[in-house]
Amino acid sequence: MDDTALLRALADDLDGAFESLVCAHQDRLFTIALRALGNWAEAEDVAQEAFVRAYRALTGWDAARIGELRLSAWLATIVVNLARNRGRGGTAAVRRRSLTLLDEVDHPSAGPTDTPHDELARRETTAAWAARLLSLPERYRLPIVLRHVDGLAYDDIAAALGRPVGTVKAQVHRGLVLLRAALEAEEREQDHDGGHAPGGRAASPSVASVIPTRPARPRSDSRR
Amino acid sequence: MTNHSPFDETADLALKTLRTSAPASLRPRTLIALGLADAYASIASPIGSLFVAFNGLGVCAVELAPDGPSFEREHLARQGRVAHRVEALPIGLSRALERRLLGDRRVRVPLDLRGHSEFERDVWRKALEIPRGEVRPYGWVAREIGRPAAVRAVGTALGHNPVPLIVPCHRVVRSDGHIGQYSLGGPANKRAMLAAEGLDPDAIEELARAGIRYVGSDTTRIFCLPTCRHARRIMERHLVRFRSADDSARAGYRACLVCRPTHRNAVA
Repeated sequence: MDDTALLRALADDLDGAFESLVCAHQDRLFTIALRALGNWAEAEDVAQEAFVRAYRALTGWDAARIGELRLSAWLATIVVNLARNRGRGGTAAVRRRSLTLLDEVDHPSAGPTDTPHDELARRETTAAWAARLLSLPERYRLPIVLRHVDGLAYDDIAAALGRPVGTVKAQVHRGLVLLRAALEAEEREQDHDGGHAPGGRAASPSVASVIPTRPARPRSDSRR
Repeated sequence: MTNHSPFDETADLALKTLRTSAPASLRPRTLIALGLADAYASIASPIGSLFVAFNGLGVCAVELAPDGPSFEREHLARQGRVAHRVEALPIGLSRALERRLLGDRRVRVPLDLRGHSEFERDVWRKALEIPRGEVRPYGWVAREIGRPAAVRAVGTALGHNPVPLIVPCHRVVRSDGHIGQYSLGGPANKRAMLAAEGLDPDAIEELARAGIRYVGSDTTRIFCLPTCRHARRIMERHLVRFRSADDSARAGYRACLVCRPTHRNAVA
């Protein structure tokens, strides 16, 4: 169900359609929270709280107002604000993880398992990028998450972060520059240490500590 | 913005791989928090193991069922919501429930009674006021909620009580004093619940058979419903039995202000 159909369904029967909204947007909201916070459990709490707030807001709105909503951007705004509060040690979002559902599926762990080598390498690359992203200051990290992970348009990101579009574009650009610097620093580190990087002077300690082995090299043309 | 450098494209592709599937628990947890789905666990009680369902709004069901799957099926049919099994009730709720079932009426157990009529909720709220170890007749509930003629409807509402034990419908008995029906597995369970609360079900039935509706004290000249905590303190040699409120009035007794056995003297 696309956002337009979803909004129509929500305006028509909020309780009946809300599960569809959760299904359609849970991966996005969870991803934004996870990449902003770097913690699986906190990300789940924040994503859940974002849906709860969205629901409460929608209960007070009439069909016309719901119909005009830019759903994806609006949900991103809610989750980003909650993640920012949580990141600052705010008390806004209450922990609600007291429920352990018995049919709950274990989330994929980051630890090595009996997976094919390719899969392992792919995971390592992903983990390395996640760590690089987390090492960015928040003012660059959030725009990068919304633009390049979530794929939101610049004006939606500007609205979500409450910053001018020009600022957001500059921050995304700056964020990419920093990511590139981090990547290049890691590669220099690896070259100097002959593949062993026990907490040397990498771009950031968090980056160095989560990358046990050399991350897959980007395609050669991208290194210029 | 010059976002066509080769690195930017590589970074964009790499960053897209950071999209992650939400944990399977996110959706049920969210829906439970909103009261669009329920969680449930079993608890021990004087009448055996019971299933308690709840959501972010409060407890919505207390039921007997042979097993989890049959509870889930019946719950969906009755309440229209999916129930997800959890290992145990959240600790706060579990403690509150435990204290409540032991008779502590100061502790608050949030209830989710959406979808029920105002009348039904009035009846259940009134039943919540009946202390542990005491019973009141259906007619008493009807009178107390200002619907003295709706005795039968009160019985029906109590039969539909979705949260027995918490809303103690087992403490409401027939107007002739007999213990009567019980929605949670029948009259034997009602007797067991009352016995667990320190009452003697046989004595209640005995009194009903003898036609005794009220008891009074010849020292205070106050009359009560037989299980009122004040009635139970009357010593045998001072105990006076009445078959009707008129009898007690004729004998010059006034109604107890705690159990309010009749409406007439409720404001005396």
